[in-house]
Formats: sequence, structure tokens, C-alpha cells
Amino acid sequence: MKMSRRGFLRVAGFTGSMGLVGLPRRALGAAAVPGEDENSVLVDTTLCLGCRGCEAACAEANHLPDPPDDEKVFQGRRQTGPQVFTVVNRSPVAPKAGGERFAKTQCMHCVEPACASACPVRALDKKPGGPVAYDPSRCMGCRYCMVACPFGIPKYEYASRVPRVRKCTFCAERQAQGQTPACVSVCPSGALTMGKRGELLAEARRRVYGNPDKYVQHVYGEHEAGGTNWLYISDVPFEQLGLSPSVGDQSYPTLVKGALGVPPFVMTLWPPLLMGLYAFSHRRKEAGESGEPDAGETHR
Amino acid sequence: MAHVTAATAPSWFQDKILLGMSLRQYLRSLLTPLNGLAFAICAVGLPLIVYRFAAGLGATTNLSQTQPWGLWIGFDMMTGIALAAGGFTIGATVELFGLDEYHPIERPAILTGFLGYVLAVLGLICDLGRPWNMVQVMVRNGTASVLFEVAWCVMCYTSVLALEFAVPFFEWLGWKKAHGALKKALLALTVLSVMFSTMHQSALGSLYIIAPGKIHPLWYSPWIFVFFFITAIIAGISMVIFEGAISHITFHKLFQGHHVDFDKLSIGLAKAGALVTFAYFFLRLQGVADAHAWGEIKGFYGAWWLVEMLGFVLLPSLLYAYGARNRSVKAVRLAATLGVAGVVLNRLNISLVAYNWNQAQRYLPSWMEIWVSLTLVTLGVLSFRWIVNRMPVLRPMAGSGH
Repeated sequence: MKMSRRGFLRVAGFTGSMGLVGLPRRALGAAAVPGEDENSVLVDTTLCLGCRGCEAACAEANHLPDPPDDEKVFQGRRQTGPQVFTVVNRSPVAPKAGGERFAKTQCMHCVEPACASACPVRALDKKPGGPVAYDPSRCMGCRYCMVACPFGIPKYEYASRVPRVRKCTFCAERQAQGQTPACVSVCPSGALTMGKRGELLAEARRRVYGNPDKYVQHVYGEHEAGGTNWLYISDVPFEQLGLSPSVGDQSYPTLVKGALGVPPFVMTLWPPLLMGLYAFSHRRKEAGESGEPDAGETHR
Repeated sequence: MAHVTAATAPSWFQDKILLGMSLRQYLRSLLTPLNGLAFAICAVGLPLIVYRFAAGLGATTNLSQTQPWGLWIGFDMMTGIALAAGGFTIGATVELFGLDEYHPIERPAILTGFLGYVLAVLGLICDLGRPWNMVQVMVRNGTASVLFEVAWCVMCYTSVLALEFAVPFFEWLGWKKAHGALKKALLALTVLSVMFSTMHQSALGSLYIIAPGKIHPLWYSPWIFVFFFITAIIAGISMVIFEGAISHITFHKLFQGHHVDFDKLSIGLAKAGALVTFAYFFLRLQGVADAHAWGEIKGFYGAWWLVEMLGFVLLPSLLYAYGARNRSVKAVRLAATLGVAGVVLNRLNISLVAYNWNQAQRYLPSWMEIWVSLTLVTLGVLSFRWIVNRMPVLRPMAGSGH
């Protein structure tokens, strides 16, 4: 085979067109409000006092160590951890209206969670009512959920010999008993409102668009990562509250839909194609047989 | 009486395992500097693996809450599987495309593939937090997960490789019936090997599609699964040439009286290598155009990307073309070495360097992570040598009439 420019182009064209097979498709337009009947929480950060009662209640409900009882925690930005499912951080910038702003961080409980879609054993699973729940008895500890989550929420017990993935449970057990999550139940200022996602979105829009001078004109979580069950409204830029706009609006599980569409094609097309190639090369060899002993044959 | 026969005709054990030497002779033959080095590596590395399970991942690795995947995934798994791609590449060349002249390198390529997969799985077991739950993959239908696809394909393909390797293995044991049956199945096994490899070599790349915000735009692409598949072919071709060159120096005794013109085969492979690598170079450029990421070719990551693209993709492709055109085995071997290094670099770049590029805290593997990886590579080399010294991999079975 002589290498020519045409040869290059042929290979380049072939490999290029192979990629087109798996073109990611956009998800078809779903219902008007995804997950509208799922339990959700609206966080109105303009109402949060920064009392951190939610942190204490969360620790108690989930049998975690008590959070530090010290105002100094607001000096830096804290993250959740294997023993800390929620943290309240203070915005480094003050709102126009003056005062201080705080926001609670925890699992966003995405409508279409990246972590659950990434989990090969469905140890992380989206439950019908809204929570993204974790079952350690299924988990093999691959930590792909941590790679997948755009909010950096799943945390790992690296220190343990029998490690678990740890994150906010949305108090799924309390919800099953008809109670609100621990954090919501203790919030004294009305910053946390529990409800159906559809209703809370309407309420969030009413507050935000009804007070355009006060609120940033955006509901964080309405579209982020395809929509989340925790929704935030604010009068300081969302980045200041640790809510990154870089997450994007796409639903994360749909990102891989194109790539996951490849195996059925490979499984149905490859065997006949390869056998055809074999038959072709076999015939050609038989036709071109010149009686000359085949060097390779000795090794068979 | 028994003693007499043992002295005149070596026992099965002596013949097959000790290479015809007495136990004392054999043990003495093992006392070489390289074996000493391998022993030293394993003497530390194997206890380290035990320590990892006794003390946990936190005590042994530098993994963190932002860096869940480190060297054991980036190198042992991502790189190990890519470098093991020679098994299906050469298998297809010989069995399916009918290029019989490559037959002498099919078995070493399959053996490398088999050992590569076994070691990647061992590395994965070290990395998994709860490896005993691996079986859950078979009973839970995590079909929305790319890792589900990878896990199934790796399981299936490792089994296929074991069966393919069983052909020389049974030949060595002299189990004619089993050997004959498997040899007949080799065509079907090769079809399966290409099928499974296409899926999981590309799926290892697809794993990263779900993390667009965490990987530098020069490396992130929704087409990453195409890149991974093509680099697996580049790795397969380059590894076969690279490893063949080393084998012919290291195991030259095995080739005595059995002449295979490996230089000619290398040059033939170089043609394929040039085409595939060159096509891959332009596909990567297309990936950057697709992501509108030309402006990202700046600073450290831009320079590092250029090093990968020019030094380890374009350069080997040109060297392959030059070597094939001018029949220069030296150029081809250099190209293969760069090609192997380029695939290693690409996997490490995606999994470790470009991953978390925007994080303040960066990951560097702990010495224990490096040592465990080194131990696994050493075990692979030792197993390869142990097997080719005994089984009909690099040469036909002596006096077997094959």
C-alpha cells in the first residue's frame, strides 16, 4: 500500500464520519415544568439571618457531629463534607439594601441528577418524591458520582475502610413520614419554604419579578443542570453565594445520551461487517493462492 | 528406579516450569540484577496493597473530595487499557483482514492485552472503596451510566482475551482437543474482541463527557469517545512495534532458528500508524474548532496542549510516514516509542492534568500510589517473561509440528 494524500483523506473522512453516528441529540421538550410535583425547597436568601440553625438540625437528624458554635466560620467559605451535609456561608459582598447575606449549601437534588445517572449500580437513585438517595449496600466505591456532580456535592469517607458516599439526604425518611426536612423545620425566618416544585417556582417568580429593584432577575435552579429541586433567589449575584453560573442549563444525563447510543449500533453492525470483511479477505486469498508456503502458517 | 528415570528424562514439572533445569540450577538462573530490582519493587509494593485495604484510601492516596480519581484510574485503568489495545488491533489484522504475514506477532499482542487488562482490573480493585460490591454491576441495571458499559465490556473482553490466550496455553499443556476447539473459535473470539474493544475503549473517554466544567476546554470534547477509540488503535499499533523491538533484544534466544522478519512487519505497521495518527491529529483540531476553543491555546495549558499535539501526535505520524517511505526501522521504532508515550500522555492529561484545571488545590499522587502502579507494571513484565519463556507465544512449540 502506497501512502498518498488521497489515502490520508480517505482515513480522515472515514473516521470523521464515524463520529457523526453518535451525534448527541437534544432532549425532546419535556413537560412545561420538569419535576413539578416533586418536593422542593425555595431558599430566599434575602430572608436568611445566618443563624445556622439548619446546620445544627441537619447534624442532629443525620447523627453527625455538631457544627462549630463560632461566628468565625463566616470568615472563609466552607464546603460540605463527609460529616457535614449542609453549611451556611456569608456573601463577601453586601446587597444594595445593606446588611449581610447568607446562603445554605447542600445537595441540590437535581430533577435529572448527574450523580445518579453516572452510578453504574444505582446506589444513588432519584426517588419519585424528589430526593436523590444513597444506598451504601449497593455502592462499590467507584466515586464516578463525584466526577459527575457539577455542584461538587457527593463527599467520600476516605478515612474509612468501609467508605461511603455522603451527602444531604433531603431527609427522605422524615419526608416519608409527612414531615419537612430538618433544616426547613427549624428555619426561624421563613428563608426556607417547602412545597411542590411547580408551585415554588411560581412563588419564586412572583417574588423576583414582582420586586425587580430588589432581586436579581433569576431563579437559580429553575434551569441550572436541567432544573434542581432546591431553588434560590437572591439580591446579590449568585456567584457570591457559591452558586456558580458555569454549571449551565443542560441536563447532565442527556450529555452522554449520544455516546450511550453507540453500543447498540456496534453490537448489531460490527459482527456482520467484520465477518463480511473476513469473507472478502478469505476469498481474495483463495483466489490469489500461488502455492507459495505462507510464512505465518508455521505459527498456527 | 524412579530416581533413575527422573535423572535421565526430566519430569513434567522440570520440563515445563523449570525450563529443563534442576530446581537449584533454575533458582540460580533467577539471580540477575533485573530480577533483584523487580523483587525490591514487589517486596515493597505488595505489602503496600495490603496496607491500602487495612488502612483505607485516605492513608495511602492523595485523593481528595475534589479529586476522586487519581493515578490508579488515570494510569492503571485509562492508560493500561489503551496500551493493551494491540490484542484486538493485531487480532483483527490477522484473523479478519487476512494479513497473515502479521501472524507471528498476534500471540504476543494478545498476551500483552490479556495481562494489561488483568493488571488494570487489579489496579481498579485497589482504587474501589468497596470492591466486594463489584458484582452489583451485574444485578443492577445502571444503564444510564457510561461506567456500566465500561464495566460490562471490560468483564466480557477480559474473558475473551483469556480464551484467546488459552490457545497457546493449551498448546503448551498439550491438551490437543481443547486447543483445537479454541483455535476454531478464534475467528468468533476476534469478532467479539473488536466489538467489545470498540465499545469500551471509546466509553473510557465518554466517562468524561458528563464533567464539562471540570476538564480544560482543549481536552474536553463531546467527541472524546471517538478520540479514545482512535488513540486505542494508535496505542495498539505502536505498542506492538515498541514491544516487538524490546522482545527481539531481550528474548533473542527464543528467535534462534525461527526467523521472522520483524523489521518488515514494523514497516508495514508503520504505514497504518502514519495514516491513523495523522487522521487523529486533524480530528483533534476539529475538536478544538467544534468547541470554539482556539482562544484557549495560551498560557500553561495551551503550551502543554501543543506539546502533546505536536510532539506526541504530529511528530510520530510524520516519523511513521518517513520510516515507512524510506524503510527506516529506526524511524519507525522512534515513532512507536513516541506514539506509546503520546497515548500515555493523553490519558494522564485528561484524567489528571486537564481535570480540575480551574481548581486552586491540585492533585499529585502519593509515593504509595506511584509505587503500587509500578508494582503492577513489574508484575506484568514478570508474567510476560515467565509465559513467553515457556509457552508458544513468540515462537512455535518446539517439535509440536505446528
